[in-house]
Amino acid sequence: MSTITSTKPKSAGAGASRKAARAVKGANSADGKDGMSVKQNKTKQKMSAAAKREERTGWMFMLPFVLLFLLVFIFPIFYAIYSSFFQQVATGGGAYGGGELVNKFVGFENFKYVITSHDFWAGMGRVMLYTVIQVPLMIISALVLAMLLDSFIVKHVSGFRLGYFLPYAIPGVIAAIIWVYLYNGQISPIVKGLAAIGINVDFFASNMVLASMINITTWTFTGYNMLIFLSALQAIPHELYEAARIDGANGWQIATKIKLPNVRGAALLAMLLSIVGTIQLFNEPQVMQTADPGISRSYTPMMMAFNTSRGFLTPKGDGPSNAIAIVMAIIAGLLAMIYAFVERKVNEQ
Amino acid sequence: MSFAHTTHENSASARAQKKADRRRERSENDLPRSMKPRPVTKTITIIILVFALIYFLFPIYWAIIASTKTPAQLTSSNGLWFAVPFNKLGDAIAANYSVLLGWTRGNFWRWVGNSFLYSTVSAVIGTIVSVMAGYATAKFRFRGKGITIGIIMGAMLMPAALLTIPQYAIFNALHLDNSMLAVIIPCCVSPFGFFLGRVYAQSSVPNELLEAARIDGASESRIFFTIVLRLLAPAMVTIFLFMFVATWNNFLLPLMMLSSENLYPVTLGLYGMVSLAVFNDRGALMMGALLGVLPVIILFLTLQRFWRAGLAAGSVKG
Repeated sequence: MSTITSTKPKSAGAGASRKAARAVKGANSADGKDGMSVKQNKTKQKMSAAAKREERTGWMFMLPFVLLFLLVFIFPIFYAIYSSFFQQVATGGGAYGGGELVNKFVGFENFKYVITSHDFWAGMGRVMLYTVIQVPLMIISALVLAMLLDSFIVKHVSGFRLGYFLPYAIPGVIAAIIWVYLYNGQISPIVKGLAAIGINVDFFASNMVLASMINITTWTFTGYNMLIFLSALQAIPHELYEAARIDGANGWQIATKIKLPNVRGAALLAMLLSIVGTIQLFNEPQVMQTADPGISRSYTPMMMAFNTSRGFLTPKGDGPSNAIAIVMAIIAGLLAMIYAFVERKVNEQ
Repeated sequence: MSFAHTTHENSASARAQKKADRRRERSENDLPRSMKPRPVTKTITIIILVFALIYFLFPIYWAIIASTKTPAQLTSSNGLWFAVPFNKLGDAIAANYSVLLGWTRGNFWRWVGNSFLYSTVSAVIGTIVSVMAGYATAKFRFRGKGITIGIIMGAMLMPAALLTIPQYAIFNALHLDNSMLAVIIPCCVSPFGFFLGRVYAQSSVPNELLEAARIDGASESRIFFTIVLRLLAPAMVTIFLFMFVATWNNFLLPLMMLSSENLYPVTLGLYGMVSLAVFNDRGALMMGALLGVLPVIILFLTLQRFWRAGLAAGSVKG
């Protein structure tokens, strides 16, 4: 049963009307395009009471979500844009501004600050590097695990599936805390074990710390993505494999020629969502900061926005922190568009 | 696993899943010779899968072991096993538990309770409004429908953390920051929940049933609350789960919004402990972490089928 298209004509009585609509639609397709538009114009003019009622009912069900959505998503976006043109300044003199704080319109000053800020671009660079490594690593691992689990080689698929998915149940902050302890040379069996076989690693070394964070995120989300891919794989009709088998395909050919194309869509979407997710990298560095003072307050753009809003970085306050958030959102949007564009280009070939 | 399957025997997706699982269990014998893996392929596959399993489960295992240890035992004893014999384990756990309560100034269970309250309330409200909106877009025609759907779906690609900063400013201006509402309201809205509600309403609410009810003279709200909600019950469990866990795991939002310790959710409370410079009782903290994720783990284990249903819907979308 398809959803109702927005131009379907309607007469009295919702139940009867739908059948009528279907009949009209059938007639329309017989008439061809011109007949359709003429008929629609006619029926549109006498938009019946039932159609009006349907419109009212639809919006009535829509309303609670839309109101909350406006409050939580749309209004904050406009507020962020508005407030990014202001800075809080103290009235009156004195080094600490004797008077009250007032909002002063500063034009594009906040954006100028963000775009020329060395810290912002350094953080952006870290996040980009992080994304470029973490997202493919996670998606490919998840794909490999899903394909192996779906390869008919192992029994107890459900046990593996649950084990891989379990880290997703651990909140990001708690996962980060556990891993920070597992990176700690004094207490971690991993660091001690590696040292015992002659490998001395310092997970907090400045050239390692990003990899340490990549590991935390990968640990948390690989199983989640694996489960998405596994669902897509299990939706493939078994008959396809039988047909391939009759044609003499081996396991590898089935994996690359049947399975991979079928999870492609899911993988590309997961990739896109992961890119958007990693741009906002916050939890892992924020927690690692507690064990590693080398991580600055502007280590990632999201940390910079948070600490600006909290007043730990100057210029402080809503205006500058919203400007950071807006520039980040624009960059994330651009990256998503570039990704979608490249993906389409690659698809065409 | 078996629990989920037996209680939802009548559901088609459960049956399909069970069938697929069974097929995989006995598939080895079914496979034609050409598709049968060579022993070396099989060995490599099993090694990779088991290695991955160890990677994903080891930190959890270590956290369980560590939660029974004192700071001294954490540095000196074997990291892979308990530091005390089994008959003393109870005492070690009790000791760390009281250390945990001490560090949290007795707030620990309050934090867990807060997490539970925030997650439950926002997931209940969020599920109902998502299902209503999903039903509206799947079954009704109204002006502005296309653009509304487009905007909500576009919001799935919005880096949500960025919204937290203006949200804080708005709640601050309304003097609602540092209140329970400041965490609950933003968590009530989930574009993914809307998407799931829409997909399920499209696939599992037959138009004929709605028509029949209308002919019988039932009002729209009556149809929704007595017929549609019942049909969408599995979908609602799925949406509830995703929203519950998302709220439970949220960190940035409560970090921005809350300043009173007695309003903290458990994630923020534990983070507060870790960020103290003098904090050293890592074993006790691991115990807090485990107790703090227990409710989510239980939801995972008992409601696995609904997770897979939601993720499967997500995978079809691509």
